[in-house]
Amino acid sequence: MTAYILCFILFLVGLYGVITRRNLIKIAISLSVMEFSIFLLLALIGYTDGGVAPIIDPSDPAKVYVDPLPQAMVLTAIVIGLATTAMLMATIIKLYRKYGTFDIREIKNLKG
Amino acid sequence: MKGMTVIVKKTTQLIAGLVFLYGIYVTIHGHLTPGGGFAGGVIIAGSFILLILAFGSDFLRLTKEEAGSTLYENLAILVVVFLAISGLLTTGRIFFLNWIPKGTPGEIVSAGMLPLYNIFVGIEVASSILTIFLALVIFKEELAE
Amino acid sequence: MNQLIPLFVAIPLTGAFLDMILGRVIRGFSRYFTPVILLSLASMSIYAAATTGSNPSMYNIGGWEPVQGIPVGICMVMDGFTVLMLCVINIVGFLSSFYSISYIKRFTSDNFYYALFCLMTAGMNGVVLSGDLFNIFVFLEISVISAYALVAFGVEKNELEASFKYQVLGTLASFFILSGIALIYWKTKTLNIADIRQVLKAGYDRSFYVFVELLILSGFGLKAAIIPFHAWLPDAHSSAPSPISAMLSGVLIKAAGIYVIIRLFFNLFEINESMAILITTLGSLSMVIGVFLAIGQWDIKRLLAYHSISQMGYVILSVGIGMLLISRGVKQDIAMLAIAGGLYHLVNHAAFKGLLFLNAGAIEYTLGTRDLKEMGGLAKSMPATSATSFIASMSISGIPPFNGFFSKLIIIVAAIMARFYFLAFLAILVSIITLASFLKFQRYAFYNKEEEKGERGIKEVPFPMVFSMVVMSLLCIILSLLAFPEIRDAVLTPATDILTDPSKYSDLVTGI
Repeated sequence: MTAYILCFILFLVGLYGVITRRNLIKIAISLSVMEFSIFLLLALIGYTDGGVAPIIDPSDPAKVYVDPLPQAMVLTAIVIGLATTAMLMATIIKLYRKYGTFDIREIKNLKG
Repeated sequence: MKGMTVIVKKTTQLIAGLVFLYGIYVTIHGHLTPGGGFAGGVIIAGSFILLILAFGSDFLRLTKEEAGSTLYENLAILVVVFLAISGLLTTGRIFFLNWIPKGTPGEIVSAGMLPLYNIFVGIEVASSILTIFLALVIFKEELAE
Repeated sequence: MNQLIPLFVAIPLTGAFLDMILGRVIRGFSRYFTPVILLSLASMSIYAAATTGSNPSMYNIGGWEPVQGIPVGICMVMDGFTVLMLCVINIVGFLSSFYSISYIKRFTSDNFYYALFCLMTAGMNGVVLSGDLFNIFVFLEISVISAYALVAFGVEKNELEASFKYQVLGTLASFFILSGIALIYWKTKTLNIADIRQVLKAGYDRSFYVFVELLILSGFGLKAAIIPFHAWLPDAHSSAPSPISAMLSGVLIKAAGIYVIIRLFFNLFEINESMAILITTLGSLSMVIGVFLAIGQWDIKRLLAYHSISQMGYVILSVGIGMLLISRGVKQDIAMLAIAGGLYHLVNHAAFKGLLFLNAGAIEYTLGTRDLKEMGGLAKSMPATSATSFIASMSISGIPPFNGFFSKLIIIVAAIMARFYFLAFLAILVSIITLASFLKFQRYAFYNKEEEKGERGIKEVPFPMVFSMVVMSLLCIILSLLAFPEIRDAVLTPATDILTDPSKYSDLVTGI
């Protein structure tokens, strides 16, 4: 049970970073911290007590395996997170070139 | 950007080939050991990125367009989609069907279409990550001017 | 198994990457190839709408059949609601891509534009066709990442800032959705929507599922721009190129936002009264706050973006009234009328809001400005644009005989018959204020100061843009025929049936 609560605390740490930091790169890194906490939660969900890695061993049919479906979900979600982070980084670099600063308080051209 | 010192250059020349070979091993054995297309592709891209970082982009004289890796990326995805559609054309008529005969489990040539999917997804992921890295390095070149 | 279903995703995916490869070799290839692909998708979706009707179909990817009644493997389901959304996505997509043949000529890297456009369409088709919870998430991310790139397409200061805001908020919403999916998997150990419904029928822990429902409502509510999650929408929809604004505001906030909310709350979770009250409240707040924020705008695309928030409030309000009546167990036929009115307004809004954004793009193409104070007297020099804009403005304000009148009438009548008099009064008030706002738009843009504008050499926009706008205005007029009972039974009733009947969806997936 403590493992799940620690995942939630990591999520809140990332959320705090997104809200309060004003450097653009720190916002991107905080978003990455948030997504890693959800991957940890997903991988923890598939754990059964006493299980081993889910590769079928034909010689021992009574083994208990860990659930492999959340592991597949985490692999897919890591790829999606990579694409999102790459897109965010490209936008940040183009923003630096146009505005000349990484500070988010300077970037408020659109109002109303 | 400039390259690094002589020690880093020599060590990279020795190791980059081994990293590339390890990436190909992880990709091809995707149906037997953990890994598969995505993880192997990232390792292959890692070996190229290691070379670029160690020798510096001045040495490669990178220009504005990186056309080569983009071509491989699009070709590899097209091959993956055509492999998936090929399930519609053979007997069985189901999208994504595994229609090549599966051999005995534990061999390297077994499990039908899975090694083919792994190889092309590996090529696609490697060229994607290399394209992203080259685009960011070229941004840095444009910023410095 | 219906063989047509996987083609909706495979064809635009192939088209996107063929655009990238052959667009380098043959000049101008992608400009004409993309509308051909989207035209074939639109005709396939009309054919599917004609044949599906009340017999839904499904498709198991990879041939994995259900084992002892439990679905293993990913399945895609096409039923009445799905086929309605498919028609909307592909027809509006075809008209937008035809419009961008001449609009995108002033950008340089148009291969990327068409490839991202096809990817966005493939992602949205995948979201509405999927019957599996994690598959919805994957296709949602594909379409939304393409939208991030398309909003920032002309890389100036405003577009990049709007895209950055959209990206940070959209990524936050995706994390909420993923954690909601993880929590559902934890308790039910399956990912198929119909199978989760079967597992939940046997009894479940109410307080845990309230938390999960709130997470999913927050995540998808941000993609659908419901108040209080609307902060990204005015910037993103006004800075994007105009055909992309038409796609984003006309299709993406519906297919990736409201469609999933309706599908999950009716077919996955048991309908519960407190959630229904929350959804109705959010809908009415969106309606009212959206239109009050829209009155003071002088930028035409920001005005249209705020009106999108308000019209989406109408859809959520009527769906919320339907949920409330079903959860109390009374007046089932009024609930079906309310949900039918909401879905009809969804289809209408795609038509007239897409047309309004294409008009705004035409004005920007000739004049180069988006400020209402600098325009005037365009009715003489741009006849097609001003006529179609007049039709669209009358539609959105709810003037008969155009389609907006009939859908708003159904929503207001359903609210009055269910004795929610305050909500009906709010709906009528918002409609009157919308009329005032669009009369201001028409007057300042088209019917003011006619004397000196003719000498500036303003002429009509090129043929592809005129063609798209005229076809979309014809759609606005044709859709008003949907109010007749016979046509409504053929189109809207299958959609509401499969949503409101609790066992039809799950029997379909596990029975076949």
